[in-house]
Amino acid sequence: MRITCPLCGTRDRREFTWQGDALAIHRPARDAGPEAWDNYIHLRENPAGKTRDLWYHDPCGTWAVAERDTVTHAVHSTTLVTEVPR
Amino acid sequence: MRVAGKGLLTGAAPVSFTFDGTSYQGLQGDTLASALLANDVRLMGRSFKYHRPRGVLTAGSEEPSALVRVGKGSQAVPNVRATQQEIFDGIDAASQNRWPNLKYDVLSVNDLISPFLSAGFYYKTFMWPRAFWEGLYEPFIRRAAGLGALSGESNAEPYEKAFAFCDVLVIGSGPAGLMAALTAARGGADVILADEDSRMGGRLLAETEAVDGKPAAHWTADILNELKGMPNVRLMNRTTVTGAYDHGTFGALERVGLHGPADGPRECFWRIVARGAVLAAGALERPIAFPDNDRPGIMTAGAVRAYLNRWGVSPGREVTIFGNNDDAHRTARDLADAGVRVAGLIDSRADAKVTGDFPVFTGGKIIATRGRLGLENITVEHEGGTRIIRTDCLAMSGGWNPSVHLTCHMNGRPEWKPEIASFIPRPGAIPGMVVAGSAQGIFSTSGCLADGIRAAGKVLQSLGMKAPTIELPTAEDQTYALEPLWVVEGKGRKWLDFQNDVTVRDIRLAAQENFRSVEHMKRYTTQGMATDQGKNSNVAALALLADATGRGIPETGTTTFRPPYVPVSIAAMGAGGQGMGFAPQRFTTSHQASHERGAPMIEAGYWYRPSYFPRPGEKTWLDSCNREVNMVRASVGVCDVSTLGKIDIQGHDAATFLDFVYSNTFSTLPVGRVRYGLMLREDGHVMDDGTTARLGDNHYVMTTTTAAAGLVMRHLDFVAQVLRPELDVQIVSVTEQWAQFSVAGPKSRDLVNAMLDNHVDDASFPYMACGSVNVSGVPGRLFRISFSGEQAYEIAVPARFGGSLYRLMTAQAESMGGGPYGMEALNVLRIEKGFITHAEIHGRTTAFDIGMDRMVSLKKDCIGQTASRREGLLEDTREQLVGLRPIAAEAKLTAGAHLFDKEAEAIRVNDQGYVTSVCYSPTLKTNLGLAFLKRGRARHGEVIRLVDHLRKIETLCEVCDPVFLDPEGERLRG
Repeated sequence: MRITCPLCGTRDRREFTWQGDALAIHRPARDAGPEAWDNYIHLRENPAGKTRDLWYHDPCGTWAVAERDTVTHAVHSTTLVTEVPR
Repeated sequence: MRVAGKGLLTGAAPVSFTFDGTSYQGLQGDTLASALLANDVRLMGRSFKYHRPRGVLTAGSEEPSALVRVGKGSQAVPNVRATQQEIFDGIDAASQNRWPNLKYDVLSVNDLISPFLSAGFYYKTFMWPRAFWEGLYEPFIRRAAGLGALSGESNAEPYEKAFAFCDVLVIGSGPAGLMAALTAARGGADVILADEDSRMGGRLLAETEAVDGKPAAHWTADILNELKGMPNVRLMNRTTVTGAYDHGTFGALERVGLHGPADGPRECFWRIVARGAVLAAGALERPIAFPDNDRPGIMTAGAVRAYLNRWGVSPGREVTIFGNNDDAHRTARDLADAGVRVAGLIDSRADAKVTGDFPVFTGGKIIATRGRLGLENITVEHEGGTRIIRTDCLAMSGGWNPSVHLTCHMNGRPEWKPEIASFIPRPGAIPGMVVAGSAQGIFSTSGCLADGIRAAGKVLQSLGMKAPTIELPTAEDQTYALEPLWVVEGKGRKWLDFQNDVTVRDIRLAAQENFRSVEHMKRYTTQGMATDQGKNSNVAALALLADATGRGIPETGTTTFRPPYVPVSIAAMGAGGQGMGFAPQRFTTSHQASHERGAPMIEAGYWYRPSYFPRPGEKTWLDSCNREVNMVRASVGVCDVSTLGKIDIQGHDAATFLDFVYSNTFSTLPVGRVRYGLMLREDGHVMDDGTTARLGDNHYVMTTTTAAAGLVMRHLDFVAQVLRPELDVQIVSVTEQWAQFSVAGPKSRDLVNAMLDNHVDDASFPYMACGSVNVSGVPGRLFRISFSGEQAYEIAVPARFGGSLYRLMTAQAESMGGGPYGMEALNVLRIEKGFITHAEIHGRTTAFDIGMDRMVSLKKDCIGQTASRREGLLEDTREQLVGLRPIAAEAKLTAGAHLFDKEAEAIRVNDQGYVTSVCYSPTLKTNLGLAFLKRGRARHGEVIRLVDHLRKIETLCEVCDPVFLDPEGERLRG
């Protein structure tokens, strides 16, 4: 499997560490309530198809959001997490 | 026998080789199979289950029967296909799965009782008594059935792994592959052409035909010469592409040194990343299931042609041919042209058009064969009656199966093509790969050449490159006509899977017993398992299953082809990973000095750290450890702590950032001071701990535990980039840039001052101070922090000075009655003081559990704060950190043991907690433990029972505060 680091280019998947769904970007406020925090920490979709998740490129220390497909394994895009619209 | 004037080995050097102890002569360029056939050796192996005598069936990597052991002792490689193994002077090969020898095999008695050994026999017979399975049945079956065996010795021979990248990977170098490679190369693409054969050309080497007016082999050589001369082309022969994986990644096995004496790497496992690929893997000929079709001397028609036309060998002196298609006729013609006697051509089709100087039997079938260790005659039933023909080699052809295997490696299912009675790949099965030639079901040479050009053009186009104009070479363009023939009924066993001894009857039995799904049939009969993975037999087995279940072949489906295409030795796939190659080694700058002192090393992640420093007279590690602990408590010890993660944090928002990642506050930390910090995960549990020093207003240096250094670095990057991108903060790991040594003990200041250009004292450099210092002229850093409970410092210098500073400090320490201490002593020192490590913060404990909930500041937001306040995480009934002292000082404590009330039965429901760390404390002269105990903080003074069911240990302990030594911290500040 190959993933494109937005800074370094396309690299083998073994250079990356997977972190889970990109909803981790949207951290709730302290007082958002138990439901919001439960969603944020624990609840994840398990899609057969398109997904957005966070990958860390270990050699350069960059976090990126990958849009990919869990069925075909296609990686549609990778974006620097700092450049993802919030 | 060798046929004078035939083949491509004319003029090749002679080679001596050994098979089963007998010496033979072959030619340079021979495979073991062609050389044995040249010496009239037909018997090459015994079958898996019935120990049937078997010869060679094919001339390629799909060979199921002629499997041999090559080499001796630890260098022996089992299950080598004789059809692929090239001979060289001195090669020593032997047959397998027979005793005492190939001709007289005792276990061929299995063949006599074969009526009882049909599909499912083991499942039905060895059901009970259950206990007999492991002890009796399985060992017996394993001895009786099987292929080659491993030597059982460690394999010391070198194997390699390698990586390659290209624009276009062309798999297979037959007519389609050659034209694809040529097209892609002339189009300017970086091309890798891989072929599993030692010599490139595919079927062009095995046929007598002309391409562009030249003999096919000459034309092939010309094309290869052009490719060789191009800088953008890499030719990889002896390289089998074994698997297709995501995103253009392919696995490939190169037989680097197996065709010569053992020097240099034997095999290399390649990972090839290609932007596009052309699969030109060709097709495999399938046998016909007629009665007793497995005798040595019976082989595929295409293999007979290959032996004749490439190696100049006729596998027999009186050859018969049996086929259901026009292609088989070529074998008869080639043999006749070469002067080999063709005893008969039998075509199952009544309307077959054949002419030749040999007897032809149209509408014919073989209903019996004879010859125990080799074919002697066949019985043919045809339009004119029945007759027995004397023959020592039968060439059979049931048609050709495109090699679709790689296209199935990513879940692609091939589709049925009735015209060729076989499967072809579905387009797009592997993204970026185009299939060409026979692999696509195109069987004329001209068609394959054209398809190679087309496929490469398509790949080039998808890469945004322009396809060059390539003129199509002239070549044979015959149509391929066949009439499916899966089985010839009659008395005798009709073998399908020669490797697993599966017959037509087994398939029918499976269907009859309701194993109707192709996957069930496969597992019930073992059809298509073992090293050839059904390459020769799967399609026929499927057709028979379809027939037996009254379905069509497309509805019956196919089994799944999975990687690897051919067996790959673990040694090649795991090359470099044996012994110390298994994981990287990280050494501290003091490694050499510790090694010279005879310190045994302990692994901490990839790091190697000294366990203890033995001295003369010390008999066990504990003797050394006790001395080192006493040494630190009484004078001074030196310990390399460079393995702890060191992270440099700078920026205007560095303080805000740290307040967010640590549960406690760092913005209030004065410059020149150090603070202990607790880091939580977002779910409220403890992630890591360590100290962070403030070197400037906007400059901190954080330490992490050795184990979590990588995790914390990733986490900090996560927080900075994902959660708080608005903060001005820069983070970089400096673990390897700084060597850092702990100096602990009452005399630590004296030792530190002996190293520093300007001395420090307690007033100017109190407990938890930090600052820049000059260490014998080298700018370094000093921290007054302690992990032992003693007055202690950590002194840091750029890593290149680490080794010499360590030697200086340990020598100085020894002159003061101290010395180095290792991990064992470090662990005792921290347990005596109740300091935690990842044995305690193991991922399931909270700040509350370890008694640090007050360190979770509520004045600010931080990672894990909200979740740490959750219901259930702050309850008194939780297991809390406590100390344990045995009632009898010498009574044993073990980490991992569980705690129970004194009178309660030691069972799960009565569990009160568990022990995480234990040691013998030479300071307090007792064993000690750290443990998590329900409501533990309220139970100090209580007696509790420690039970280790595994080691059969029961110890009564007093529950106490986890800080066993100097709870007021007077030593620290001293």
